[in-house]
Amino acid sequence: MLDTAAFINILTIFVLAIFVGFEVITKVPPILHTPLMSGSNAISGITVIGALLALGAGGGTFTTVLATAALFFATINVVGGFVVTHRMLSKFKKRD
Amino acid sequence: MQPEHLNLLYLVAAVLFILGLKNLGHPRTAVRGNILGAVGMALAVVGTLWFQGFVHMELVAGGLIGGSIVGIVLAVRIKMTAMPQLVGLFNGFGGVASVLVAGAVLIAAVATAVMGAGSGLAMSLQESVATAASGLIGAVTFLGSLIAFGKLQGIVTEKPVRYHGEQVVKVLVLGGALVLSAMIVLDPSRTELYWALVGLSAVLGVLLVMPIGGADMPIVIALLNSYSGIAAAATGFVLSNNVLIVAGSLVGASGIILTQNMCKAMNRSLANVLFGGVGAIVENKEQGDIYAGKVKSTSAEEVAMILKTASRVAFVPGYGMAVARAQTGVRLLTEAMEADDIHVEFGIHPVAGRMPGHMNVLLAEENISYDKLREMDAINPDFPSTDVVIVLGANDVVNPIARESAGSPISGMPILDVDKARTVVVIKRSLSPGFAGIANPLFAADNTLMLFGDGKKVMEELVAAYKDA
Repeated sequence: MLDTAAFINILTIFVLAIFVGFEVITKVPPILHTPLMSGSNAISGITVIGALLALGAGGGTFTTVLATAALFFATINVVGGFVVTHRMLSKFKKRD
Repeated sequence: MQPEHLNLLYLVAAVLFILGLKNLGHPRTAVRGNILGAVGMALAVVGTLWFQGFVHMELVAGGLIGGSIVGIVLAVRIKMTAMPQLVGLFNGFGGVASVLVAGAVLIAAVATAVMGAGSGLAMSLQESVATAASGLIGAVTFLGSLIAFGKLQGIVTEKPVRYHGEQVVKVLVLGGALVLSAMIVLDPSRTELYWALVGLSAVLGVLLVMPIGGADMPIVIALLNSYSGIAAAATGFVLSNNVLIVAGSLVGASGIILTQNMCKAMNRSLANVLFGGVGAIVENKEQGDIYAGKVKSTSAEEVAMILKTASRVAFVPGYGMAVARAQTGVRLLTEAMEADDIHVEFGIHPVAGRMPGHMNVLLAEENISYDKLREMDAINPDFPSTDVVIVLGANDVVNPIARESAGSPISGMPILDVDKARTVVVIKRSLSPGFAGIANPLFAADNTLMLFGDGKKVMEELVAAYKDA
């Protein structure tokens, strides 16, 4: 039932990505934690790709409705997240 | 486009996400970092559409345009003080998207299996386990985020909602969700089980967040941020899609780190925040004794004169400053003092504000240069050589009781050592306690002056008095 080789491949990607995440994020200073949170939040809207794939794969009406709703919510997450992060970051200025 | 090409494009997107997060690590590069992330996302979206030959374009356009409009309106109109709610809401939308995608894939897979007259299960073990995980984590994230949003927005009570047998109820609901998950894995074709799981997990999300008080919401938001990432990664396992897995796990890791930071800054374990809570407010009978006859009230004029003779001044802002909208006064006073060659800086406690780093955003919005904002560990050694500390809207994070090892709800919490400065001016409406519900001996200390009043009004008076002095 389980394609073990393929599963181990993506499991590898999953585990390594977590380590990369820890390494990259630990270095972000507390001053930027709010934009980091809203920016990473936008990235977690990557489910938008899942929604597009589910929509494109075809299927019955119910599948299409679910996928379209998912696309709508994930897009709010992505677009809103990047825009609000940009708005916040543009306020971080250093005056000399 | 070939599937290999799409996967290469996803690799580029994943690299852009990592570079984006890395660039978010410094104020100078952060704007670029955010844009890199957005470009990565745009590439992944356009590539996916191209690969699929732009099918269902009316629905795709509707979803993308509708979602973009709602997202942009929310993002542009939100006040900076309300940022935690908005991030909470976005987390919730990410969570529900994972629920819906996993549901759509499950239903399509079951339909195909039925038509194909094939034997056996509609999904592989990896897909069914990941579907159940998406449903469970996504629904907890969705409803949990909505409750957190409601609490921060004042729609749902901010107080911890506790009841008898609370932990037992949570364990039973979680147990039920796990049993349903196992049944889905055993027979994915029973799609009604998936929706039952989603419903029960949504209830679990409500049960988990309701007992948590307003002061602990930053930790909950950070944790739900992590969950929304994990839910996206789980959906990636449903679709065997690398970019979902990479992006989801990056965010999952980021949320966990922020959660840990916040817990450490409050000297609490995550388990204590989620299941213990601060509990009932401790009645503090000696409150009168601590303050009796020792509290010295002052006036804006007196503080202005003290500031005139100072060479080093530090502000310690709390969320109360933002609530009173006193930031403008803070900036004006800062500018006036700097014109007199007084060194001014800001001591920011890690839990100041309503989410990690929130206070920095609120001060940056007021055009206060970020190099003046100093973290707790960086500024603490400098307090003994600081002439005046102005505490504005902060309370528990400057309470010296925290340095005592036991006997108080905040014992052991790292604090800003403002009491070591030569003079401490506390701007506050009254002597009422902060979130932890305990008295603050700082207010009665020999070197502390209390300046009672509304933060915004007091700051305006201070600016005027300073300019006259």
